[in-house]
This record gives sequence, C-alpha cells and structure tokens, in this order.
Amino acid sequence: MMVEQMLGHPFLKYLRSAMIPHIWCPGCGNGIVLNCFVHALDELQMDLDKLVVVSGIGCIGRTAGYTNTDSFHTTHGRALAFASGVKLANPELEVVVVSGDGDLFAIGGNHFIHAARRNMGIKVICANNFNYGMTGGQQGPTTPLEAFTTTSPYGNIEHPFNLAHLAAASGAVYVARWTTLHVRRLTQSIKRALQKEGFCFVEVISPCPEIFGRHNKMRSGLEMMEWFKKASEVESFSDPAKAEITPDRIVVGEFVDVEKLSYEKLLHEKISKINERAMEQVVDR
Amino acid sequence: MTGKRALLTGSHFMNGDVACAEGAIAAGCRFFAGYPITPATEIAEHLSQRMPEFGGIYVQMEDEIASMAAIIGASYTGLKAMTATSGPGFSLMQENIGLAVMTETPCVVVDIMRGGPSTGQPTFPGQQDVMQAKWGSHGDYGIIALSPCSVQEMFDLTIEAFNLSEVYRVPTLLMGDEIVGHMWEKVVIPPPEKIVRMNRKKPGVQRGDYSPFMPGDDLVPPMACFGEGYRFHATGLTHDEHGYPKTTSSEVQTKLVRRLCEKISKNADKIIKVEEMMVDDADIVVVAYGIVARAALSAVRKARSAGLKAGLMRLVTLWPFPEKHVAKVAETAKMIVVPEMNCGQLVREVERAAKDTPVSFLSKLGEDPHTPMEILEAMRRSR
Repeated sequence: MMVEQMLGHPFLKYLRSAMIPHIWCPGCGNGIVLNCFVHALDELQMDLDKLVVVSGIGCIGRTAGYTNTDSFHTTHGRALAFASGVKLANPELEVVVVSGDGDLFAIGGNHFIHAARRNMGIKVICANNFNYGMTGGQQGPTTPLEAFTTTSPYGNIEHPFNLAHLAAASGAVYVARWTTLHVRRLTQSIKRALQKEGFCFVEVISPCPEIFGRHNKMRSGLEMMEWFKKASEVESFSDPAKAEITPDRIVVGEFVDVEKLSYEKLLHEKISKINERAMEQVVDR
Repeated sequence: MTGKRALLTGSHFMNGDVACAEGAIAAGCRFFAGYPITPATEIAEHLSQRMPEFGGIYVQMEDEIASMAAIIGASYTGLKAMTATSGPGFSLMQENIGLAVMTETPCVVVDIMRGGPSTGQPTFPGQQDVMQAKWGSHGDYGIIALSPCSVQEMFDLTIEAFNLSEVYRVPTLLMGDEIVGHMWEKVVIPPPEKIVRMNRKKPGVQRGDYSPFMPGDDLVPPMACFGEGYRFHATGLTHDEHGYPKTTSSEVQTKLVRRLCEKISKNADKIIKVEEMMVDDADIVVVAYGIVARAALSAVRKARSAGLKAGLMRLVTLWPFPEKHVAKVAETAKMIVVPEMNCGQLVREVERAAKDTPVSFLSKLGEDPHTPMEILEAMRRSR
C-alpha cells in the first residue's frame, strides 16, 4: 500500500496518463466533476472494460479523453446521438455522456429531449458553467438573465433553461443537481445514476472563474464557490420546475427517481418476441 | 439463431429501396438509424420490419444528424451500420460524415437523390448530390461513392458498399436516385454462401499495445470494438496513432490527413468499377452513371444501328473518380458525351481526365431522365 501511494495517485488507473496534464484553467470545476465521476466508478468497482465515456465539444468535453476506458469525442452537440447508437448496439456496455450545457442544450438540445423521452439507458453528467468557456465565454442557453458574457456585453436578455426541469419534463428517470461544492452528494448521485436503468441526468453547477466569473464579479474559483455555498439550498424531491438558479438561490438536490423500462430493454424484448413468433410460424408450416 | 432469419434467396419483383434494404441485411448490416424522407423512406420502413427478424436494430432518430451519429456509435461496437436519406437529410449528415471519415468508421450512407436545391422536388429524380458526395463535409478526405443503375444493383451495390466501408474504414455512399429507388424490377438474391461479405481487420496485438490509428501497409488501421477491453480513444480532433488529440502539430495533421486521402487514392484501382460497352473502336463515347446510363445504353445501340461508332462507359464507382478509365477511352475516342440529371457536375471530372478530347454535356432536370433519343441527338450534334 505504501509503495502504491508513493508511485502515484490511487485513481491513476481511471485516467489516461498520456493525456494529462489536462487543459482546464485554474479554478475550473471540471476537475471536481471528473474526480467525483472517478470516485463513483471506484466505489461501485465498475468494470472499466465495459464502460464507454462519450463527450461532445467544449472544456468538459475533454473528459472522454482523460478517462481510461473506451471513449469517443464526438462533433459538437452529438454526444447523445452517438451514445444512443452505442447503447442500442451493445446494451451490455455502460454508456456515460459527460458534456457541457452549451453542447447538450443548445446545439444538442434536440438529442437531449429525445434521448430522455425514449428513456435511452445513458447516464448524462452535465457541467453547467453558464457559458461557452472553450471559445472564450459567450452567452449560452443557461446564462442567467443580466449576466455579462463576451456576446452579452450589455447584460443577457435571454431566459435560461432550467436543465433539471427540462430533463424531468422530457422523461428522465433520475434527475439531480448539485454544485461542485457538494462533492459527496454529487458522487452519490453519479453512483445512483450508474445503478439505475434508463436515462439519468446529473447537472453540476461548475465554476468558470477565468471566463464567466471575471465578467460577473467573481474573478476566482473561490469566489464562485462562495456563491455556491451562500446560495445553495437543498430541496430534494421538490418540484424541479421551481428549482431556480439566481444570484441569491441555487436549488439543488435529487428531483426525480422513478422506475421505467429503458428503450434498449423494450427494444431487445421486442426483438426476442418477434423471433419467437417467427420460429412458431416456421414450425406451424 | 432465429426463425425468419433467412435471406430471400431467389427471384423477386421489388422496388429499389426494398432491394437496398435486403442488400444491407445480406451484407450483414445489423443496425439501421434513419429519419423519414421521400424518396428513401421505404428503406427505413422495410428495415423496421426485417431488422428485428435478424436480431438487428432499427431505430428512428430525431433527425438525420442523429441518425448519422448513431450509426457511427453502433459501428464502434462492431456492428455493420447504415442510414438512408435524400438530399435535405444528406446535407444534415455532412458534418458527421466528416466525423466518420476522421474516426475511420465503417458505415454506409444511402442517398436516394431527388431534385434540389433545398426541399426541391421530393418525388422526382436527380443527380445533383454527386459533388456533395465528394466535397460535402469540410476538410480534405477520401471517400467512396457508388452509383446503382437498376433495382438489382440497389441490392448488389449495397453489399459492395458495406464491403468497401469495412475494408477501407471509410463511410461509403450509395448514390441512388428516385427512379432506381422507386422502380420495380426483377431482383435475384443469391444463396447466403454465394454472398461475399468483408469484415474490418481486427487488431493483432495485445490490449496494451493497441494503437487504434496505426495503419497497416494498405494505410488502413485495424479496428477494435468498444467493450473488448482495448480501452481506446477516438476523436474528431486531429489525432496521432494512439487516438490522442494533437491540435497544434503540423506534422500530425499532415500525416493524418494525407493518409485519409491516400488510403482511398492509392487503393483506387482496387476500388473502382466501370462497365464498358462497345468502346474499343468507338469514335463517340457516352460517359454516364445511374439511371441515365440505361437510356445511354439504348442510345448507343441505336447509334450503332445507324452506323455510328458509339460506345458507353458506365461509372459504377463515382468516387474515387475513374480517372484512368476515362483517360484511356479519351485516347481513342474523338468525342465524349456526358448526360447528367444536374447542371453539370461529374462532367467536370470527365473533362479533366479527357484532356484534349472534346466533351459535350447534356443536362436534364425535372421528372424524367434523358430519353435515348435525346442522347442520340446529342451524339449526332457533337460529331
């Protein structure tokens, strides 16, 4: 044990060391998201040979490359569509999509609502940093009203999505939201998602001090975390429609945890039945 | 494993879209993702019924972007995968066709061409997407595109498309048109043992030693599947042999992109198929493809009866373009005629390959392809 500790990080086996160091800025929350994800994998003793991590484009999109599993970095917004192909083609694989708010809900929004509606057995971890960090901090579908970004220099006039509400309304069987401050509860939610059948959604409010925070009077990761600490209110299983994110209040918690047959299960059951029937017809003749 | 799991070996009367679907099943395709669009919908409809009988997956996605993404995902698990569409959907698929090129994903995309641009004429044929087939996604790459001229070829070339996509790890495009898609003709489906099925090369190395984008001598890398324990990464970013992003290396970009082009261009002789009829002594050669080639053959026969030394070169492969074949007939022919159902697309490639031999273009748009008489007239005019 001592030797192992001296040789490297205990979670090194979950990471592709050739891809490290990562590209993320100081104070970014993505490392915490990856850390919680890896903790969840470790606590569940997941079979890494049967795990596929898929990401879209954006800062958090690099996660697929950092995890030591089969992984795929898709085009912008298409992680869920690609992941649907993987999950249906081989339902034995655990398929996790780790991507950002812009990727999953602007350019990829249609794929999100349909994957949730179908209850596709994919686990989605969304780092929501309220803007497009990779391209330098533009306004996006989760940017709060009046927030400043490089493309809302006079203050944002677009109403943001409530991602937890959208996921719940679209049919997700598990919906949770935490901030990067809630590392234990976030890890527990990722574990819960990994153990459930069907479409699960875990939103992580994540600090982006270098790009988002500096335009909005939160220049350091610490200042952003202080906002999360001050504003977060745990209201588990409250109405996700009312789970607001404002400067004064960030409603977090688990919002949905229900059972529903997954698309891949229904599909493969259907395929079995069709073939049984076909066999009977052959026998009849 | 299952009851109805049988090819329809024998002679049938069916339409081209159905023949394409049966060809996919015969080729071993077990994953179809699509979105309804005229005149390709019948492919999806037929596969929604047939795929489950073979234990395969049919899924209707929310759009063509998702369909293309889903078949890439399915292919990475080891299944042979296909989507089918027409012009508007083909446009939507282009970005992910580029992703399939970059991640060297074997898959088949069927485009049953209709009149464009935009929504155009959904129930009329066209050959307006043939340049898009080559150049539709951004960046440089090699791709394979085939052109069926009959319902039988909708079956045969679908199998061929799968085989080429597997061998070269490249999306392969079947560029049909509304007529070959909707026309009913006789189709002969061979017994399973007579159908040639090619599969992607598997890695011959231990798990830890696998580099997913390290090519063999044929410039094609062996391909592992997700779930086999290789734990590899693939990305649309420029990447090295390990699949790791290298976005600021000119060397890696040059090496990768040149290989993506050359694995097709340097294997072109093995890929390309053309059909030549009466070209050896021909003064006038018609170069045609798809349904138009059928009228062209009739025109060439009429021309011969009228004492004209005419011949036909039918392009089965559109991309890589059969440059050498065209150049060769251009050496002896005095004139080349190219009829196309567009405003002049592949004719430019013919002109380039024909060098000094004059090339006459015959354009047609709308409901009907060229009649044999129209092509014959063009041959007479061009003399």
